[in-house]
Amino acid sequence: MSPLTTTIVGIVTILNVLACGWLIWWTARREPGEVAEGDVKSHVWDGDLRERNNPMPRWWLILFFLTIVFAFAYFLLYPGIIRGTLGWTEDRQYQDEMRHAQAQYAPMYAAFAGRSIAELARDPKALALGRSLFANTCTNCHGSDARGAPGFPDLTDNDWLYGGTPDDIVRSITYGREGVMPALGPALGEQGVEEVIAYVRSLSGHPEPAEKVAAGQARFVICAACHGPDGKGNPAIGSKNLTDDLWLYGGSEATLRKTLMDGRHGRMPAHQWLGEDKIRLLAAYVYSLSQPQPQPQPQQ
Amino acid sequence: MSLTETYNDKVVRQFAIMTVVWGIVGMAVGVLIAAQLYWPALNFDIPWLTYSRLRPLHTNAVIFAFGGSALFATSYYCVQRTCHVRLFSDRLAAFTFWGWQTVIVAAAISLPLGMTQGKEYAELEWPIDVLITIVWVAYAVVFFATIARRRVQHIYVANWFYASFIITIAVLHVFNNLAIPVSFTKSYVIYAGSIDAMMQWWYGHNAVGFFLTAGFLGMMYYFVPKQAQRPIYSYRLSVVHFWALISVYIWAGPHHLHYTSLPDWVQSIGMVFSLLLLAPSWGGMINGIMTLSGAWDKLRTDPILKFMIVSLSFYGMSTFEGPMMSIKTVNALSHYTDWVIGHVHSGALGWVAMMTIGTMYYLIPRLFNRQQMYSVKLIDVHFWTSTIGVVLYISAMWIAGVMQGLMWRAVNDDGTLTYSFIESVKATYPFYLVRLMGGALFFSGMWIMAYNVWMTIRGVTPQAVPVPPPAPEHAPTPVPALAASGVRS
Repeated sequence: MSPLTTTIVGIVTILNVLACGWLIWWTARREPGEVAEGDVKSHVWDGDLRERNNPMPRWWLILFFLTIVFAFAYFLLYPGIIRGTLGWTEDRQYQDEMRHAQAQYAPMYAAFAGRSIAELARDPKALALGRSLFANTCTNCHGSDARGAPGFPDLTDNDWLYGGTPDDIVRSITYGREGVMPALGPALGEQGVEEVIAYVRSLSGHPEPAEKVAAGQARFVICAACHGPDGKGNPAIGSKNLTDDLWLYGGSEATLRKTLMDGRHGRMPAHQWLGEDKIRLLAAYVYSLSQPQPQPQPQQ
Repeated sequence: MSLTETYNDKVVRQFAIMTVVWGIVGMAVGVLIAAQLYWPALNFDIPWLTYSRLRPLHTNAVIFAFGGSALFATSYYCVQRTCHVRLFSDRLAAFTFWGWQTVIVAAAISLPLGMTQGKEYAELEWPIDVLITIVWVAYAVVFFATIARRRVQHIYVANWFYASFIITIAVLHVFNNLAIPVSFTKSYVIYAGSIDAMMQWWYGHNAVGFFLTAGFLGMMYYFVPKQAQRPIYSYRLSVVHFWALISVYIWAGPHHLHYTSLPDWVQSIGMVFSLLLLAPSWGGMINGIMTLSGAWDKLRTDPILKFMIVSLSFYGMSTFEGPMMSIKTVNALSHYTDWVIGHVHSGALGWVAMMTIGTMYYLIPRLFNRQQMYSVKLIDVHFWTSTIGVVLYISAMWIAGVMQGLMWRAVNDDGTLTYSFIESVKATYPFYLVRLMGGALFFSGMWIMAYNVWMTIRGVTPQAVPVPPPAPEHAPTPVPALAASGVRS
């Protein structure tokens, strides 16, 4: 905003507030020759519509006046017409609150620094913090029970796309992951897709017609580039193990058809903003979910 | 053919009947989407029935079809009676009726089809916006030309409110909807980013301020004293609250954008003017309720007055609640919660709909040569149905809203949020049922009204009402002739 615009807006604002005050004064004064207070004025419309000459209620005038005083006080203290003598801004309030929270909570998380993730995953206090962080940060995609949803991995089944060691989990949380399955419809054709579906399902033990499975196996070379010749996947690129009957997008024929025809694109966002202390606690909680030891009670 | 000038009540009758019809339609959609929030399967997986498309249909139907028809009907009725003159141009008036109905039907088709500008209360695409503009200009011509031809010296207070509503809505509608069309059904608004947001809420809040407030205050200023048969309480109060209301309302929009990328100074001005609105708003409530002073006993026997006075009470409540919610610290709790929905409905059902209903019960028998409605008892039943419905609705939303606000800000000892969003949705679930019950109750009252109206008007051939001469001492000199030649009755 140019200084000129700011000035004009400021002046109009003040004039409007002042005009309210003037309006009260101007209307409250008595005109010569008007009817007595409380009497009916002489104008008549539509046969019987009239107006009384009652004064404005005093309490109401005081209320109006107080809001006008408030308006000027607020404009003096807060940004509006001038910058405001309190120096308050929305951004400064945010920064202050964040600084305050940091000072209050950071030591609590820092207390766990330097311990191994495996060790943290056995510490109930660390797990409680991790669970809170998980509830705030991860549940939108992975669900409050961490069992995921179609397209969002189940974190409790010890089946990992990018590896399930503590370091792998820290890396996934910190930098995020980007998983791409290309659309193979054009390369495989309708029939090819059907055959590959049969073969892939057979890898997980589903009964499929032998002929189609054989034909699908022959076509699987395309898939093997990422999923490996045995279909067991490759954690280095996040390709899915196709032999364990655990599915990311679903293992039905219809879902597999869509996966093959259109491809898939999964994205786990990076969480560097959480800071190392919180990421390690979060990783410990996630790690604990698929470990055989006693599970922490799910959060109420 | 009489040579005496008569009122043009045909267009008033048309709008009055459509008020009842669109009230039922708009509230039916409201009840459906309230039910969808409780039983999501009720969209039957049909795109046209999804909440996202029906919600704008509901808001447009109740505000612009139901409320709009009521405003057209009452302003045309009031301006003729208080100016002692027939409405200017029968043909233009008829055009506003058919034009407005076309707009409504176009909205009812295009919104479920998913055609939208994505601006709240201004969803309609550009061809409909253009039609609205044309109809609105015609409305302004009819209204102001009638005022210009009045046979009394002073312009009655109700007409000031109607006038401010007509002018301001024209300005708001045109500037908020400036857009570049890319096809017949798609356009892009010319504003970007936070300027778009500011324009939108300048429009959005003043749709409330002028369409749903100034316009309905006009209605109040004619029909409350008429029904109560008492003079307006205070001429002075009406002057102050009129000028203060219309000059202050127009600034209040930015309170919809607290704690956003809208610059701090704009947010501050929006908040301060919202607080300044408290007294001017209450001026209208005081003037309406105090008009009944000396005749409070009528509240025992007259359900129409009950509608009007309870409506004014809801107006006072909502206009206290609104300024409070515009305070930044309160807004930080209330914003984005169902409290806002509760606030809106205490205004829309409590104030706007109940004033409209009371007014229609006054108006419809008079438009159809009847002494009163077919059944006064049924008006009373309708009154209680509506009142209980509103109370259920808004208390459910208040509790739900405050609860959501508190849940969203609850923090654990470790600095993390106590609740995930879905937990607040789950906690709201039972309140959605109560809200649905309240809404359904209010809706069922509209059917009682429809039956009562039908029984009142069926078989009646309306007679033209001659324009009475004004009280001689208030007519300008010379008095324009009442027996204007060639005036059709």
